[in-house]
Amino acid sequence: MSLSLEELHDLCILSRLRITPAEMEGVAAKLSEIVTMVDALQAVDTASVVPMAHPLDRAQQLREDRVTESDRHRRYQANARRVERGLYLVPRVIE
Amino acid sequence: MHDATITQLAEALRRGKVSSVELTGHCLARIERLDGGLNAFITVTPECARAQAERADERLAAGDATPLTGIPIAHKDIFCTEGVRTSCGSRMLDNFVSPYDATAVSRLREAGAVMLGKTNMDEFAMGSSNETSYYGPVRNPWNRDRVPGGSSGGSAAAVAARLVPGATGTDTGGSIRQPAALCGVTGIKPTYGRVSRWGMVAFASSLDQAGALARTARDAALMLQAMSGPDPRDSTSLPDPVPDYSAELEMPLDRTTIGVVDDFFDDGLDPDNAQRVRDALSVMERLGATLTSIRLENIGLSVPAYYVVAPAEASSNLSRFDGVRFGHRAEGAGDLAELYMRTRGEGFGAEVKRRILTGAYVLSAGYFDAYYLQAQKVRQLISEDFARAFAEVDLIAGPTTPTPAFPLGQKLDDPVQMYLNDIYTIGAPLAGLPALSMPCGLARGLPVGLQLIGPHLGEGRLLNAAHCFQRETDWHTLAPPGY
Repeated sequence: MSLSLEELHDLCILSRLRITPAEMEGVAAKLSEIVTMVDALQAVDTASVVPMAHPLDRAQQLREDRVTESDRHRRYQANARRVERGLYLVPRVIE
Repeated sequence: MHDATITQLAEALRRGKVSSVELTGHCLARIERLDGGLNAFITVTPECARAQAERADERLAAGDATPLTGIPIAHKDIFCTEGVRTSCGSRMLDNFVSPYDATAVSRLREAGAVMLGKTNMDEFAMGSSNETSYYGPVRNPWNRDRVPGGSSGGSAAAVAARLVPGATGTDTGGSIRQPAALCGVTGIKPTYGRVSRWGMVAFASSLDQAGALARTARDAALMLQAMSGPDPRDSTSLPDPVPDYSAELEMPLDRTTIGVVDDFFDDGLDPDNAQRVRDALSVMERLGATLTSIRLENIGLSVPAYYVVAPAEASSNLSRFDGVRFGHRAEGAGDLAELYMRTRGEGFGAEVKRRILTGAYVLSAGYFDAYYLQAQKVRQLISEDFARAFAEVDLIAGPTTPTPAFPLGQKLDDPVQMYLNDIYTIGAPLAGLPALSMPCGLARGLPVGLQLIGPHLGEGRLLNAAHCFQRETDWHTLAPPGY
């Protein structure tokens, strides 16, 4: 299976990932090899198989619906590059 | 002192023959002297280590010690450590100082273990050679031109080179067992959910599991004991009580049936590795275990199933790295979309980008059923094969890796060849099973690992078999020349 440059371009948009024009062909070639390798899965008859939901066949554990965390936003925001008045700053999105 | 195991050091600490401050200083000095040639550590934390060692000595004096109190350890840099950089081997998190401790880290600290630093790893745990780290490759102490394995390569190299007696690791497709095998140490990946994933940077959440690397099964049991158990902060952590692993170690193997996976001894397995593993199985038989051949019909599909499921989960998990809340942020982006694209383009390395793109591909409209859903069905088949096998046998054994450590650079540009390194280790995490690797000989002067896989929550049985083997053999005591 060969991945076209157009398909790779779309995947980069989906993944919000910039790949430089010089890297595109090399990345497409390696992804094609990976997709070819995983294509081995297509030969398996799985018509009657239920896809795995949990490796131990356990159900999701739930906890009581109450607040357990304290407000630590200052601490967490110390890792952000741009913060003002408790808000994360990003380039303007609304003109 | 550095040649002693955790068990021996705990005894020396308890008897007052050495203090934790002295032991910590000794290990820090070895890191200072030897790690330049290995690159096993991304961050060394001497001040924090000395403070923790002082507290450990107080606990030891007060008679309030656990077997890990005062023992120097290292954490894979995937575990969040409060106030200490947690890079995950990536430029993306090069500037990230964690505001909290991972549960595995806090449990080991509460047991009194002393953190010496954070070990090098493949970027976001994606790799089998430790060459994808932003901080450069780790070198194998047995031969510094060779890889240590990955992704917990720094932890494995640090334990093998006697820089620390034990270290944490994580395993998604073999990331504890493969480096343990290539560096000649004992590494255990427990059952999915046995150790909390809280504070462990997520790669593939249905596979990721924390574990321990040490020089003996007995030491690995002590570390795993402290790390394991339910955690309200991780809804996938298992509620089951944790048995006393050390108490199970000495059980005789005469009622143990070990299934040997015939398909693992194929043309892809190095003949020297095959022989060392067969020799090890003979030792198991001599110890009373019954060997029987088993077939895992769909195990050959493990690598393709894994390389759909793991990248799919990674592409979702790694979407959090957006340059806004933490981590790397590209400068000068004109709009938000460009900020995301450039931040992620600059912050992630080539292998991480490949996995994100592969994940986006197998999850995209039109391909989801053919790849992701099909992989989860094949995963179910692989899991059922293991379940059928465990109805007949107690443990499953085979090689951990196809070859001994390979030269640095040999497979870096060939992702599919690199992925095939994990061919024997990927099945266990797909089925959520515990598994360990331990040294069982040398091939051309390099360590060879024997892999044991257990049924769900069979950690005690795995450690028991490994301990019995290590009582009978001395492969686990071999140190790399010069260390």
